[in-house]
Amino acid sequence: MSYLGMVTEVVPFAAHGGEAGQAYYARPTTQQTVGGVVLIHHMPGWDDWIQEATRKLAHFGFACIAPDLYFRERPGSPDDCAARARAKGGVSDDQVMGDVAGAMAFLRAQSNSNGKVGVMGFCSGGRHTYLAACRLKRIDAAVDCWGGRVIVEDPADITPARPVAPIELSAGISCPLLGIFGNDDANPSPKQVNDTEAVLKKLGKTYEFHRYDGAGHGFFAADRPAYRPEQATDGWRKVIDFLDRTIGPRARFA
Amino acid sequence: MCSYIVEKVALYGSAKAQTDWRSIDTAHVYFDHPFHTPLDHALSIDFINEAAGGRERIAVELSAETARELVKAISAALDRGEMEHAGLNQY
Repeated sequence: MSYLGMVTEVVPFAAHGGEAGQAYYARPTTQQTVGGVVLIHHMPGWDDWIQEATRKLAHFGFACIAPDLYFRERPGSPDDCAARARAKGGVSDDQVMGDVAGAMAFLRAQSNSNGKVGVMGFCSGGRHTYLAACRLKRIDAAVDCWGGRVIVEDPADITPARPVAPIELSAGISCPLLGIFGNDDANPSPKQVNDTEAVLKKLGKTYEFHRYDGAGHGFFAADRPAYRPEQATDGWRKVIDFLDRTIGPRARFA
Repeated sequence: MCSYIVEKVALYGSAKAQTDWRSIDTAHVYFDHPFHTPLDHALSIDFINEAAGGRERIAVELSAETARELVKAISAALDRGEMEHAGLNQY
């Protein structure tokens, strides 16, 4: 037994509106065709954590692409681009959906693709993932990690850039959905997670929700105090198993 | 959680990054996951010159606790300095 190797690179892709986007792309070095994952970063941007998570998914046998949702703010470092995007109120849902669709098309166009593509995201990227599951066509799996504001309780959170609460679009979900949540999180709160699950159940959607005691928001992030090694390890196992079933089989070292 | 909240305040002054001073006219203040500091959330301040396009920033990320200490220190320094410069402290 050994490990899969991988190749990583920054690649161009056709983003929303035909603009030339940039993304971090990692793929396992295997002759086997593999499923692809579009990994959506959180509000602070295209940071070290999202590159690390991209490599983790490649390590486990998937091709993974993490688009820089703030590339339109270049030139500049990813953190400066994120600051500029934040000052403008953040990026619009329509633009993010266009970028994600472009990243999905990139994955399907690669010679290593098995034709299946999922979407995964953390925090605001989790919300974008839920939205992608509702709105995008040809999506085979979605992994929402603690996405807040899927249910919108503060009217101020409905803006021209984010005009609809994702929960209102749930009838459009066309793929299996995995949700990973910490029971100490305030956004989404355990009640909001329960209410989201009730909607999915009522609509007859295919979903799995996993809730972790002793964990709050962002408990996968090993460089922050919220990190919970036991819960994060189990959560990652749930993610890999789910993707293996929905967009796999994942590449393994023979 | 990720927040979209940005408090904006107009300023008059300058800020220095490495060797260069520049004029600033605005601060963006927010509380969210930091980019660099190993905290779940941090108070971030971006000092910018909006009149010059606002694209370049001088940034800080502070823990909530130390940000509050900074607020107190700013107030204390202002109170003491304004009194002294007004000649209200006689030594």
